[in-house]
This record gives sequence, structure tokens and C-alpha cells, in this order.
Amino acid sequence: MATKRVLSLILSVLSTITLLWTQFGECNNGRRLGDAVDTDFSGFSVPLEHSFEIDDFPRFRLRGALQFRGGRENGVYLAQNQLSEKDRNTMKDVAAVDGLYRIRVPRVSLQVDRQTERQSEGYITAFVRACSLVESHLSDVITLHTDVSGNVIGISIVTIPGSCRGIEVEDEVDLEVFNTTISVVAPVTAPVPETAPYIERMEQEMEKKGKNPQEQKSFFAKYWYLILGGAVFLMATSSAQTPPGGAREQS
Amino acid sequence: MAWLVVRLAISLSLLYTASAVFEDQVGKFDWREQFVGKVRFALFDTHSQASKKLLVATDKNVFASLNSRTGDLFWRHVDKTGPEGHIDALLMYGQDAVVVVGNGRLLRSWETTVGGLKWEAVLDTGSFQAAALIGVQDFVKYVAVLKKSAISLHDLSSGSQIWVENLPDSDTVQYQTIYSGGNGLVFVLGFVPSSHIVIVEYKIEDGEIMKKKSVEAAWMSSLENSCAVISSGNLLCVDQITQSLYILPLQSAEHTEMRQIHLQTLDLEVASGFQPVLTSTQPNPAQPPLAEFFLQLSPDHHILLQLKDDLIAPLRDFNPSYLAAFATSGEKTVAAVMTPKNETACSINLFSADTGRRHLDTTIIYHMDPNGGKPNRLYVHAFLKKDDSVGYRVMVQTEDLTLTFLQQPGRVVWMREEALADVVTMEMVDLPLTGTQAELEGEFGKKAGKVQHGLLPMVLKRLSSQFILLQAWMAHLWKLFYDARKPRSSVKNEVTIDTLSRDEFNLQKMMVMVTASGKLFGIDSKSGTVLWKQYLEDIQPNSIFKLIVQRTTAHFPHPPQCTLLIKNKDTGLGRLYVFNPIFGKKSHISVPALPRPVLQTLLLPVIDQDYAKVLLLIDDQYKVTAFPSTKNVLQQLQDTASSIFFYLVDSSQGKLSGFRLRMDLSTELIWEVVIPTEVQKIVAVKGKRANEHVHSQGRVMGDRSVLYKYLNPNLLAVITESTDIHQERSFVGIFLIDGVTGRIVHEAVQRKAKGPVHFVHSENWLVYVYWNSKFRRNEFSVLELFEGAELYNSTVFSSLDRPHPPQVLQQSYIFPAPISTLEATLTEKGITSRHLLVGLPSGNILSLPKMFLDPRRPELISEQSREENLIPYAPEMPIRTEWFINYNQTVSRVRGIYTAPSGLESTCLVVVYGLDIYQTRVFPSKQFDVLKDDYDYVLISSVLFGLFFATMISKRLAEVKLLNRAWR
Repeated sequence: MATKRVLSLILSVLSTITLLWTQFGECNNGRRLGDAVDTDFSGFSVPLEHSFEIDDFPRFRLRGALQFRGGRENGVYLAQNQLSEKDRNTMKDVAAVDGLYRIRVPRVSLQVDRQTERQSEGYITAFVRACSLVESHLSDVITLHTDVSGNVIGISIVTIPGSCRGIEVEDEVDLEVFNTTISVVAPVTAPVPETAPYIERMEQEMEKKGKNPQEQKSFFAKYWYLILGGAVFLMATSSAQTPPGGAREQS
Repeated sequence: MAWLVVRLAISLSLLYTASAVFEDQVGKFDWREQFVGKVRFALFDTHSQASKKLLVATDKNVFASLNSRTGDLFWRHVDKTGPEGHIDALLMYGQDAVVVVGNGRLLRSWETTVGGLKWEAVLDTGSFQAAALIGVQDFVKYVAVLKKSAISLHDLSSGSQIWVENLPDSDTVQYQTIYSGGNGLVFVLGFVPSSHIVIVEYKIEDGEIMKKKSVEAAWMSSLENSCAVISSGNLLCVDQITQSLYILPLQSAEHTEMRQIHLQTLDLEVASGFQPVLTSTQPNPAQPPLAEFFLQLSPDHHILLQLKDDLIAPLRDFNPSYLAAFATSGEKTVAAVMTPKNETACSINLFSADTGRRHLDTTIIYHMDPNGGKPNRLYVHAFLKKDDSVGYRVMVQTEDLTLTFLQQPGRVVWMREEALADVVTMEMVDLPLTGTQAELEGEFGKKAGKVQHGLLPMVLKRLSSQFILLQAWMAHLWKLFYDARKPRSSVKNEVTIDTLSRDEFNLQKMMVMVTASGKLFGIDSKSGTVLWKQYLEDIQPNSIFKLIVQRTTAHFPHPPQCTLLIKNKDTGLGRLYVFNPIFGKKSHISVPALPRPVLQTLLLPVIDQDYAKVLLLIDDQYKVTAFPSTKNVLQQLQDTASSIFFYLVDSSQGKLSGFRLRMDLSTELIWEVVIPTEVQKIVAVKGKRANEHVHSQGRVMGDRSVLYKYLNPNLLAVITESTDIHQERSFVGIFLIDGVTGRIVHEAVQRKAKGPVHFVHSENWLVYVYWNSKFRRNEFSVLELFEGAELYNSTVFSSLDRPHPPQVLQQSYIFPAPISTLEATLTEKGITSRHLLVGLPSGNILSLPKMFLDPRRPELISEQSREENLIPYAPEMPIRTEWFINYNQTVSRVRGIYTAPSGLESTCLVVVYGLDIYQTRVFPSKQFDVLKDDYDYVLISSVLFGLFFATMISKRLAEVKLLNRAWR
């Protein structure tokens, strides 16, 4: 009984911490798996699984849990566990043979009212080169893409930096915890032709024109073509006269 | 003032982009070919002897008149596509042609000399069965149209309906034929399958049913093909199962069943499995048909029979014979029969219809194209010669939709390749170098890894090739000199396959066109001459074609190589056809068998030792087949396997998946994106063109900073349409997905929008057109992707290492016209500004500067935007008639536009195909690298020489003057 109370206390503390983190849209690790999964939220959670194998045959294991908070802005945060010693070694080995690090999430809908008819057949997967994950010291950016009605359609993972330069990662500590930025991206609404501001602008122009009658136009604005024509004419005549002058200079 | 500046800016920008063809440039570098499609009905105008008209109605819903002397079009009417414009029947009487359109929806009468519409009548609903001209007392006055449940009679001169009557028991009886012998009665023939024939007799004046009778016919399965009316109203039917003919006089009351005549009694037999066909002829609709008729017993066996005194007697047996047809001129009716002569030729002979006797000296030899199909239709035009004997010309239609018009003794008057009315896909291939150029090239064109020759042989080889070059030049000079003496008209350079060679600027190319009927064409892009054709037999009508250029002409002495993947739409099973695109010859390279359905093809930049690019074919078990699959290729594939990725699209499940190649040519799934099909369905996926070059990495802004483009060669544009079609909720989805990593780079939704969506994906932009269902108009939208002010990695692009998402700019515009297709111009180095080529349903091709589709067009002009040459934003896209690249040469039913770069940076070759084919050149930034046509060479050279001599003289004078001054 006592242990249970202690556990619930820990859980509530943890949940406040995670709530603080959500404001940055970022989350961290350092917790055991069991903690995060059964934390009570108004939203729901789905497992995020990963796989990195020497033989490149995917065997997905739990990496963490994606917590979705219901409501307007699709708040998401990731509770994930540390990499074990064995995992770290595997990861390094996979990176050495240029293997892939894969992640997957089940196909879900982020709309809370659709949770009842949540269809979880199939997964969506993405990958990144294991070496770039190692070289970036496990700093990755995971983006979940949804369609208009809130179904998760795609996941992407990139590491920053994304290159593989063959740098040896000596420090074991660098490979212990994920430094993950996670976000949910909904489709943007494409613009339509902007007729209203254009018409407004035209009207303004017309008004301005109406206010300034023809007489108030500046001299140059009114007769610029005459001036230009005159200038061209002058230039043409002067250039025709130059050759005799030039000849005189030469002699 | 600001307004003035805006106007000035707009007009200046227009001045910059405006380009049109001058009148004297018409036809100089463009050509158009017009087609009609597969001929379904063809009638010769026999009204007058001198008439040259040939009326055709085709499966492309085209009704046209051809000049039978040249094969050119007199006029052409292109109706709506699909069943709405389907031509059901074509009848001709005198100067009038009556056409039934759209499953009996419209009845039209055309004036045949100029192609004007005389009248049009809207018919009652009901599916069309038959139409016939009805004559009364030797004069054709009416046209009768039989529908499923009604018959109507119309006046031939005005189209007004005389009467319409419902057919008795039309829910059980299938009425299929009308017959009238000119005696004031119309017979409607129907039948109940495997039971009886129904004959209904109508009075022409008021449509009163005079008589109705049914006759037992338990063997009957179809009236249309197996029955015909011959000789004053005798219905004659043929049945394959009972091997007999059945005959019934239509008018007599006492006959209650058909008289059976066993074919055995005539010593005839129908080939097993063949549905025999009866062909009769009724030269004048106001008179009963002739007593003679053709019976086709097997695909190559016809027999001419005659009904005389209730007895059927054979007049002449044509065995073997491919085709037979009747023709009438004046009072004489003749039969033309095509019989095989040898392997490659057929002979056509004329026989008198009433006796079956052969007319002397009437043989036409028809040579079959070894690369073509078999003849399947014969149309005969008979005419009376001065000595009252019958002369004739024939038009032969083959399986590959070639129309050949022949006259005695076998001269081909003209030929039309109607397969080209349905071009599916095409490519343009560079022409080969001439022999001399190739000789010079041959010095360098060695197989990779061959041992170098010594110094002396190299020098000798160079000398010999230079000598050959000199020889060729001399020959060329001699030819010029020789031609100069001939009159200008006869010098006309005929393009033949032997004289093909690349021109200086690579403006002349070989157009390889694949048509839906399975015929391939090689067409010279300069003149439109068909240089080679190849008919591929046993092509299913619903096949998908993909044409791939595996080796270009650049690798002498290896011939260029094209591969055509032919895939059955239903089963997905495919096969490869490898050929030389210049000569059209089938290559003898062994082709891999494809036992499993092919899902995707991928042309790799990896080349084998013979410089052919490697084609990967992925089957439904995600196994990869390489073609060519030599040891060298497999080795290279193993080395590069980890960097070969491909994607698959399953639009039925909304699934996009990415795969990576493994060493052993198997694949592994690496990413998956699933777009739920309940919400939206994928309608199109397009990558960028592989041969596209982008010259500039970024755009210089007004403040002299650079905005770098996001140039991802692996980017895919995926377009979806919503399943909800309500106008407020429908949308079009635009996804930009990296084809290697599966990362969704951008995702946008165009709300209240509907398809069909046309789009172009190139460089760092995507332009798409959709229908705005709220405002009921077409709109253009442009998306541009930029990396920002700094490049992440300026040396190389890798999808695996580009972590930052690009900046996306988007803007939309109203387009005041519907659109059929969209394509972008393409040039050699990508320096020239781009234009969009918009195919309009009106048949015009609009060349729209990409400058107008720039998401950075500012609302308000500033100093910086003016510096950048940005046009101020205006919501409506202009359409200027001088932007139509095909002036008045409209292209009917534009299906696709193909663009290819030429050797000149300023010039892009454009081929537009649909019902017609149009080829031209466009100059998006004007001809900045070409001297104008009217460039004054004489003036410039005289000025140059003048100046040269002037300097020489003045130099001399100055010297004299200096000398004089020195003496002073």
C-alpha cells in the first residue's frame, strides 16, 4: 500500500516535469520505460519502436512512447529510455558497417474522437544511417506528418549534423541518452489567388488618379515623350556633326 | 506616378518575353500532321464521276472527308470524346451524308462538299440499333432509325420527324435490322434468342403496322452478322452449328418457317469455330438488293452465291481469299476480292457480280509491309471508264491502322498512318554522326580498358581520317556545284534513312513514337516524314508502354538502343522489346524473361562495358532483374547496391514505400508512408526529369544576397484528391516526398479544389493546375523551395544528409481557360529562362513565361523587387494570342507535350501530340545565340571590308604625310 503511494507520488512529479518540457516541444529520456507508458494523460500514447541490427534484418524493439495530448494544438512529447550497454555496442557496430537505424510507429489518428475506431493495422517507417546517429551523439529530429483529418501518414527522422565523416565516438556517455526534438506537422493550407487586396490596391490607384487631375501632373510626367524624343533627335544630329570635328583633330 | 511605373514595368517585362512567329516563318521550322483515327465507316462519293471525296467516320469520333487523289483532308469534324460523340452509323445519298451520333442521340445531315451542317435532329432516348435510308418509287426520301424500343422516320431534306412508333414486345424481342425495298413498306426484324424471329411491317406514310409475324428459328443467336436480306425481300441467314442456310420471303403470308438448305448440298463447310458472315449489297436504297451475296466460311475463304428461282447456286469460289467487297458504279455492280499471291503480296481482282466472271486487266498488286499488320478491311471505289468498262481503286485498311489507297496496277496513290492519332509515349533521340564525323570520332571511341596503340599507327590513323574528311568535303562541294545548275524545285532534299545525320546544332532529331495500337514510328523531327515503322503483333488493347533510351547515339560504334516495356494493365505481366531507334530494327540482344508482374522500372546512370545504361525491373516479390545483366554490370551493381534506392506506389492502398537494393539483387523495405484512402486517394506521382540541367544554384535578391534553391533530384511530387466530392469539403493534396528517405518535405492542402490536376515538377518548383469548385474557375499554383541564404553542403547533394527542411513559398493565380496538359521547356544547359507550355482544349499551345508564376511576385513594388525584375502580383494570369506557339495550327485533343533540348542553348524542341501531331521550336529567351534570318551579311561584310581598306589606305596616306612632314 505504502509503495503504491510512493509510486504515484513519483509519477505525479514526473508528469509535471514532462509538462514543463512540452513547452519546448522537446523531451528527454533518462527514465525507465515503465514509468512513461502508464502515466495518465488526457490524450493517449503510442509506442515508438526502433531497430538496428548487424544483419540489417529489422527486429523492432520499444524505444519510447509518444504522448499525444488531445486538444487543439497537437502537443506531442516523447518519453524514452536509455540505451543499454548492449544496445550501445550494437549501435556502434551497425554504424561501422554503414547499417540503418529504423524507427516505426503504428498508423493512428490523432483526433481524440476517432480513438474508439482506431485502426492500428500496419506501421509507418523511416530510417537514418546509423553512423550519422552515432556521430551526432544521438541528437535526432523526429517529425510526424498528419493528413487533414489527423491521421498520421508519415514519420521522418534526421540527425543534426546528418553527415557520416567516420569520426570515432569514444565517449560512452554520448550514446546513452537520446536528445530528441519531436514535432507533429499538419498540412498547410495552400493560398488561393488574392483578389481582394489587388482590387483594393487598384481602387486606391484609381482614387489617387481621380484626385490628381491631368493638370496637376508634373511637366516631365506629361511631356516626357517629347523631351525624350527631342533628346534623341539632338543626340542624333550632334553625332552626325562630330566626324568632321574628329577629322580636324586628327590632321 | 506609381501607377505609371507599374504599367511601365509590366509592359517592359512583356516586351522582354513577347515572342511570336512572323508570317514568313510559318512552316519554316514547324509542321503539323492531322489524323482521323481508326476508320469504322468509309464511303466513296459515287454521286459524280469526277468526285474525289471519301467520307470516313472513325472510332475517335471524327467525321471527315478525304481527298481520294492525295489522301489530304478536305474537312474534319471532331466530336466529343467518349460515348457522347460516338458515331453509330454513316449513310450517304447524293450530296448528303447522314450521321447518327451518341448512341442514337442525334441525327445529323452534312453537306459533303464543304462539310457544312444541313440539319440536326434530336432523337428520343433509347439505345441505337440500326439506321437505313428509305426510298419510295426510285427516290430516296426518308431515313429510318431503329432504337431498342421504337422506330422513327425522318425526312431526308429537312430532318423533320415523319412518325415515331413503339415496337411491339420490345422487352422480349431484340430488334436489330431495318429493311426496305422501295415498295412503300419498312420491315423491322427482331428475334428472341433461341426461339423465333419477329418481322414487323410498317407503312411508310403513317407508320401503321401492316403485318406482324413470328417465324420459328431455334438456332438463332444474332441477326446482325449472320443474316442479310437479298433479292426482293428474302431474308437469308447462316448458322454455323447446323451448317445450313435458312431462307424466308419477308412478304409472303403462307411461310411460317424458314426453309433450310444444308451447306453440304452446295459442297460447302464452315470452318470450325468460325462465325460465318453474309455480305449482301443494295446499290440503291429505293430498290431491292441484288440476288448475289458473299458467304465467308473461314478467315480466308469467301464464296459468291446467287439466289435464283428459290435456289442458291454458287457463282464462284474464292479459296483462299482474305477480303471481299461489293461496289457499284452506274448500273454495274462488281465484287473485288483480295487473294494472297505470295508471302509478301496480295492481288486484288474485280469480278462481275451477276456472273462471277473475272474482268480482264483489273489486277491490283498489294504489297504487304513486312513490318506492318495484315489487311482487314477493303473499300472499293468503282467507276465507269470512257469505254463503259468498270475501273476501280481500292483502299485497304490493315490491323496496324494504315490506310493504303491503290490504283491499277498496284501503284500506291497515298498512305495514311492513322495509328499516329493515338500516340501514347515518345522520346527524341539524337541522329547519328555522318560517316566521316564518325571516322574521326572512332579514333577516340574505344572500349574502356583497351590497350593503347603505338604512336605511329595513331598518327597514320589521324592522317587517313583527315584525308577522308577532305574527300567528303570535296564531294560536298561538287554536289553543291552540281545542284546549283539544276532548277530549284528539283533539288528538294528528300529525307531518307540513309541520308540521316546530325546537323550542326542538333536541331534535327529522331522522334520515336509509341502508339496505342502497338505500332512504333520513327519520324524525322524536321519534316515529319515517317522514316521507319514497326508493328508489334499481339499487343493487348489495354497495354501500358514505357519507352526508355538505354544508349544514346553518342557511343559510336555502338548503335543507339531503346527499350520498350509493354505491360498488360490487368495482369501486370510485361515484356521487353529492344530496338535501334534510328533504323527501327529489332536488336538481337537477349532480353530477360519477365515471369512476374513488373511494378517499377529504374534506369540507372551505371553503364555496362558497351555504354548501355542499366535498367532495373522490380517485380511483385520485390526482386530485381537487371538488363543488361552481364558480369560487369552485376559487379557494378554489387558495389553500388547500398546507394540504389527506389520507391513503389500502391494507390489502391494509398501506400508509398521505399526500398534499398541489396548485394544479391533482392531488396529491403526502408520506409513507408501511408495516406489513408478513406480521406484521399493518390492520383499522380512525378519525379523530375533525369536530363534536366539547372544552371544557377540560387537567385540573386535585390539586396545582392543569394537565395539558394533546394535542388533535390530525388524529390517526388505526390498529388491526391479527396474522396469527399462535396464542393465545400473537397480538396487537393500536394505532398513533396524525398524518394530516398521517405521524408515528407512539404505537405499542403488546396481547399475547395477538385481535379483533374495537371502539374509540372522541375528544378526547385512545382506548378499545378486545379479546378476551384467554390469560384468555378481554373487556378494555377506555384510552389518554390529554397534552402535559404546558406547552402548546407554546396558540393554534393545527398538526401541522407540534408537535415534542415527547405523554405517553401507559394502563390496562386486565376487562369482564364481550361487546360488539357502542361509541360515545361527544357534546354541544354538550363541557362535559358523556362516557359510553361499549356495545351488548351481549343487546340492552342500557350507558352507562358515561368516569370509570371513566381511566388516572390510582390504585392507592392519596392526598389528591391524592381531590381530583381519581379512583376507585381496580379491575381489573373494573362493569355496573349502572340504567346500561342502554334498560331493557327491548332492541335485537336492535346494529350501530351514532349520537350527536348537542342544543341543550341536558346532553342527547345517541342512536340505536341493528340489527334494531331505538331512539332516546333521555341525560344524562351529569344534567339540570343543565333543570328536572325534576315541578318544582312552583305552589309556587315561590305562594312568590314570597307573599313579594312580604309585603314590600309589611310595608313598609307599617313605614312606619305609623315614623310612629307619630315622632309619639310
